[in-house]
Amino acid sequence: MRIGKGTTTGSANGDGSRLGVPKTYKLYVGGAFPRSESGRTYAVRDADGGFWANAALASRKDVRDAVVAARKGAKAWARATPYNRGQVVYRIAEMLDGRRSDVADLLVTGGATRDAALAEVDASVDRLVHHAGWTDKLAAVLGSTNPVSAPYFSYSAPEPTGVVGVLAPTGSPLLGLVSVLAPVLATGNASVVVAAQPDACVAIAFAEVLATSDVPGGVVNVLTGSVAELAPVLAAHGDIDALDLTGAPGELRVELERTAADTIKRVLVPRGEPDWTAEPGLARLRAFLEIKTVWHPTGALSLSGGGGY
Amino acid sequence: MTTQTTEPAPLSAGWTYAPAPESAAIADVKDRYLPFVDGAFVEGRGDDFATYNPGTAETLATVSQSTTDDVDTAVAAARRAHDEVWGPMSGAERGRYLFRIARGLAERARELAVLECLDNGKPIRETRDFDVPTAAQHFFYHAGWADKLQHLGLGQAPRPLGVAAQVIPWNFPLLMAAWKIAPALAAGNTVVIKPAETTPLSVLVLAEVMADAGLPPGVVNVVTGAGDIGSALVNHAGVDKVAFTGSTAVGREIQRSLAGTGRRLTLELGGKGANIVFDDAALDQAVEGIVNGIFFNAGQVCCAGSRLLVQEPVAEELLAKLEARAQTLRIGDPLDKNTDVGAINSPTQKAKIDELVGSGAAEGAQVWRSSCPVPERGWYVAPTIITGTAGSMRVVREEIFGPVLTVETFRTPDEAVAKANNTPYGLSAGVWTEKGSRAMAMAGALKVGVVWDNTFNRFDPAASFGGYGESGFGREGGRAGMAAYLEDAS
Repeated sequence: MRIGKGTTTGSANGDGSRLGVPKTYKLYVGGAFPRSESGRTYAVRDADGGFWANAALASRKDVRDAVVAARKGAKAWARATPYNRGQVVYRIAEMLDGRRSDVADLLVTGGATRDAALAEVDASVDRLVHHAGWTDKLAAVLGSTNPVSAPYFSYSAPEPTGVVGVLAPTGSPLLGLVSVLAPVLATGNASVVVAAQPDACVAIAFAEVLATSDVPGGVVNVLTGSVAELAPVLAAHGDIDALDLTGAPGELRVELERTAADTIKRVLVPRGEPDWTAEPGLARLRAFLEIKTVWHPTGALSLSGGGGY
Repeated sequence: MTTQTTEPAPLSAGWTYAPAPESAAIADVKDRYLPFVDGAFVEGRGDDFATYNPGTAETLATVSQSTTDDVDTAVAAARRAHDEVWGPMSGAERGRYLFRIARGLAERARELAVLECLDNGKPIRETRDFDVPTAAQHFFYHAGWADKLQHLGLGQAPRPLGVAAQVIPWNFPLLMAAWKIAPALAAGNTVVIKPAETTPLSVLVLAEVMADAGLPPGVVNVVTGAGDIGSALVNHAGVDKVAFTGSTAVGREIQRSLAGTGRRLTLELGGKGANIVFDDAALDQAVEGIVNGIFFNAGQVCCAGSRLLVQEPVAEELLAKLEARAQTLRIGDPLDKNTDVGAINSPTQKAKIDELVGSGAAEGAQVWRSSCPVPERGWYVAPTIITGTAGSMRVVREEIFGPVLTVETFRTPDEAVAKANNTPYGLSAGVWTEKGSRAMAMAGALKVGVVWDNTFNRFDPAASFGGYGESGFGREGGRAGMAAYLEDAS
């Protein structure tokens, strides 16, 4: 048996070295790392097509469990103060930076050059730092006090949409995942992320970063497995409010959009091939925010004793 | 010597209101109306259809109906106008047209108020004081955005989407047209709009106003007809943006049918708004707010406060006050300036309301109904209050879209939030309390797009409006409303 390159202690004995202790890649649900309830796994291959690791092949039930966890997470996360959310997202950046070399090793196993792998980790850290700074500015940038023509104080402020189903993009195992996840997190949403099928090891390694970054359990849930099997379950789920189809296989997209319409989900369908190295802009932040308008009467000073101020 | 005295009659008894009808002649209703395509009123290629006066159930006018071929023509005209005229035009210039339209609407306000009243069935007081002036205000507000798009936070030069297909409902025909057309034009889009088949007239008069304002041909086109024409319009390959206001069922259908097209979509759909009264609320004010919330436009309002949630200690007192107040509402001739509650827009809608109220009774709820006499002709439903409800009943779950209020009670704020949010809809809610912090906390906890604190049914073009969940997505009004008609180049 060939031991994958990604298991850093994984060189076979026989050459006198120690036999490695490769990691079992599991799911990340509700802050814990369970196996798939189905007991299924699939083999993740390295860039040369060799065996890398067994990843959990998540089931429909795992999706439902993850949505339950996400709904709980959404409450905790939306309740957190913007400053706190920013600190947590920044903490993710810190923890990822601390595992820079390990994560880069995984990217190399997946086929990247060492330089490209390190650059991808660095860009991912930067993306997280960028979004850490958004949490306490979104309402100022996207909200408003409304100059209504009546005696009311009216304001509009963004609020998280709720639980977002995210199909992580392929082709950029870490930066792609971070780029779709960071705006969902920064806007106060919880998520159920389906990792790109070949990138399970990177995705679960990133989940370990999340798990050690003060992200409340359930705020991010990461499933690995068959996107074609899991995506329709996400699209149809009544307790998922929005869907990011960035990683949806082309042949599934239209059907997923159609299914999502049954529950009037907000659906993000990227135009063209996303460039993860570009400046992120506001579009992904806007995509999973609701604008809430509140009207509060101002009354008249005469009602409170006249204009003697 | 004794004088025979009689008890003075109580002020409220025996007073009658002399009829004070507005003259229908002011509306200058024509026998027949034509769709407006490429700057001209042209014959539709379909069969004429009638539009009725819901107040009398009589035919009001006939309307030439568009066909799918006419939709093609209209979309092509809008495309041409977008590419050749409206797109290249400066924002300042576009704004000038919108300002002119706002002025034109205000100048014809009286005529439009009567026409809207006749075609829709809502009271003249509402069309005169709300629908028409607010429609004009929407054009005026959005006119000012046309040369300020770079300040919307969508990048330095956000681009319009192209041709917008817009389908609007019958409950606020002119106002919904203004909500849709004004931001679309300000952003540089051109429009093909379809009013509801039961209320096409005011939008066609708006087309006259736009033509009189010199709006270039094709910038706004009005096609007429029912759902099949609406469907042909939103699914037309030549449109870039779809904006729909109407039922959740149709919105869902549109979202499904647009899957894979990449066409931008905003949906403003149904609602089942909670109006939440705490025990410290100013009850008399709350009663007025509840009445406004559910009997404004006879409850045919997507954001109506159709579910009253009242805190137990004041439930009995509030209900007594509410029924007494609802009993004073005058139902009748929409043209009468004293009318509080007008007609239901169509017999179909009336049948739906009646069926749902019937289901409430069948499921064991108690139905209270105002005994105010209702005209014999026309389609009317007297104000109705349903108590003894359970959250599982259809009257509590389904949008009734009529003057029908359900009543539930709660003990704690958490229970109020849980009940209010226990619906797939999420458009509006009202909160009645004298405690500011509680009002703010409730506003944060309610999963709805608009919260009215100690008021209800307030609208302004400067304040974004739209829903959470199955009440749709996208906003109308304010900065967020403009974003719905522009590419995000941020």
